[in-house]
Amino acid sequence: MKYLIAALALVLGATAVHAQTIKIGLVTALSGQSARAGEAITRGLAVAIDEINASGGVLGRKLELIRRDDEATPAKGVIAARELLFKEKVAVLFGGLDTPVSLAIVPIVNQEKIVFVGPWAAGTPITKNGAKDNYVFRVSAVDEIVNRAMLQYSQKTFNAKNCGMILVNNPWGESNEKGLIAALNAKGMKPAGIEKFEGNDIDVVPQLTRLKAAGADCLFLVGNVGPSAQVVKSLDRMGWKPPIVSHWGPAGGRFTELAGPSAPSVHFVQTYSFFGKQTPVGAKVLKALMAKYSDIKGPGDVTPAVGVANAYDAMMLTALAIRNAGSTDGPKVRDGFYKIGRYEGLIKTYDKPFTPEVHDAVTENDYVWTQFIDNQILPVGMKK
Amino acid sequence: MLVTSALITGLALGSMYGLLALGFYVTYAVSSTVNFAQGSSMMLGAVFAYTLAVTFGWPFVPAALVALALCALYGVIVERVAVRPFARRGSSAWLMATVALGIVADNAVLFTFGKEPRGFPMLHGSIQVAGINVSWLQIAIPVVGLALAAGLHVFSRRTSYGKAMLAVVQNADAARLMGINVPLAIMLAYAASTMFAGAAGIMIAPLFNVHSDMGTLFGLKAFAVAILGGITSAWGVMIAGLIFGLTESLITALLGSAYTQILSFALVIVALAVMPNGLFGRAEVKKV
Repeated sequence: MKYLIAALALVLGATAVHAQTIKIGLVTALSGQSARAGEAITRGLAVAIDEINASGGVLGRKLELIRRDDEATPAKGVIAARELLFKEKVAVLFGGLDTPVSLAIVPIVNQEKIVFVGPWAAGTPITKNGAKDNYVFRVSAVDEIVNRAMLQYSQKTFNAKNCGMILVNNPWGESNEKGLIAALNAKGMKPAGIEKFEGNDIDVVPQLTRLKAAGADCLFLVGNVGPSAQVVKSLDRMGWKPPIVSHWGPAGGRFTELAGPSAPSVHFVQTYSFFGKQTPVGAKVLKALMAKYSDIKGPGDVTPAVGVANAYDAMMLTALAIRNAGSTDGPKVRDGFYKIGRYEGLIKTYDKPFTPEVHDAVTENDYVWTQFIDNQILPVGMKK
Repeated sequence: MLVTSALITGLALGSMYGLLALGFYVTYAVSSTVNFAQGSSMMLGAVFAYTLAVTFGWPFVPAALVALALCALYGVIVERVAVRPFARRGSSAWLMATVALGIVADNAVLFTFGKEPRGFPMLHGSIQVAGINVSWLQIAIPVVGLALAAGLHVFSRRTSYGKAMLAVVQNADAARLMGINVPLAIMLAYAASTMFAGAAGIMIAPLFNVHSDMGTLFGLKAFAVAILGGITSAWGVMIAGLIFGLTESLITALLGSAYTQILSFALVIVALAVMPNGLFGRAEVKKV
């Protein structure tokens, strides 16, 4: 009997400790084409949570990560988000790679007044969602800013004057179409053409032939790994080699294997690279990743780096916001984000990154241009 | 250049649709049933070939032949598990059962082959046609597609097995009385059906990427092609496949990709409204 009571006390004690944790939810793709991206976000969050917990947690409580797979599908993402909000009662919810999934979750978090932090999906309307009470923050690239950077890069690096767009036919592609047209209009320019393709298209030659016939001297590419690879393979078949300036879609998987020998011709945007000289924070995070994950032996194994880096900074900024709030109450945590001052992060040193008008912490000055060399994402021009 | 390039793309795509649609034809002709999950059979062809040629390092030709044999075996399983038990009772539940078996196959591949799409090594080499680069694979696909359709035609008209199959088509009871093994003929038709789909999967793999749901959209389009061609004619479904592929790529090239799906499927509806038995099908005669 004594043993039974002792065991019961132990279980109750463990439950009490468990109840004291602050739950952090993550809804992202953990299977399918975007699975690697989901794993990268997980790793960034996990390393940050370990660091926070090792220094005593937040408000005297440890952080606990709870993940759910959205299978890159909005309907499944909404079910997972509801479960985390209502059943698990997470204090803050993190999103994944896919803009359509994040867009589906945004109205729920705004209604329930729980903070939603985006460490990857770049669709402009995720943070600029028009809600009076906006609970959505992002530590990642934003389409409309990336689009300005894509135009600037194409002009500066390739002296391009007449770029054509080849965009995946989904809300992310639409978001970029608007952003690229706005960026071109701001400079008094027009695209050579705008072509869409389906994620499952086998041959994109007809669309690319139209752009070539329209005199495109460079391509703006927007699509995830598989679709982007289809564009590169179609270009190979055509024997056409225009400069390709891409959003960061190719970063999420086995791009070199899928796109073949022309994979390095795609220059794409990232927010961080673990290659080259690292800041003290960069060195600390890389060391922690190598200690925690046996498959990480060096910077080349932190892939996609953008997911890890964004998630790490997003978690650290979220912890600061909860500290500022002094509570895990949704509206107070939201206001806690506005009170963040200077913080030396991985991507950059943030200085008052969020205000009621600005919910995006990363700006166009923080982007890094990269390419695949073998299976590694390196800054453009850097040799392994 | 725009039109020539679209024609080359359309021919390769159309042959793929045609090959899958031939699979619908061959089983429908013999048993009035089809494997609705033809897309899964196509995916299995690509996955088997990738596993043997890339993972195990086999030379391409033996890998492709063994992959086709495995696809034929899968066809036999489809017929025995998802078609025969229901068709024998006069039930139409085979329709749902074949879809369900396809979903099982897709998910089994998801767990065993992996979640990430894989790249099949590209076959290099191309020639210039009217100033356009055309890869050997783009030429090989329509050639193999048409050769398989011709092979099926010759098999059914010139061999005793083929004639036995035709006899089953015309009158299963009379064929049985003449000593023809009707269940075997139907089983072989299913094996041939999944082999056609597997061949399409193997040929398309280097142009596309290999993953568990690569055949879903293809299977749907191929069914539209089979109906468009008139599911009772082998050459009809093959030619309908080519027409559908060419229409898709010409619409994309001339009008833009925004109109491709809308116009190509709208044209299928118009064609079927004008010719309800398909472009090359015969009206079914019912004796009352």
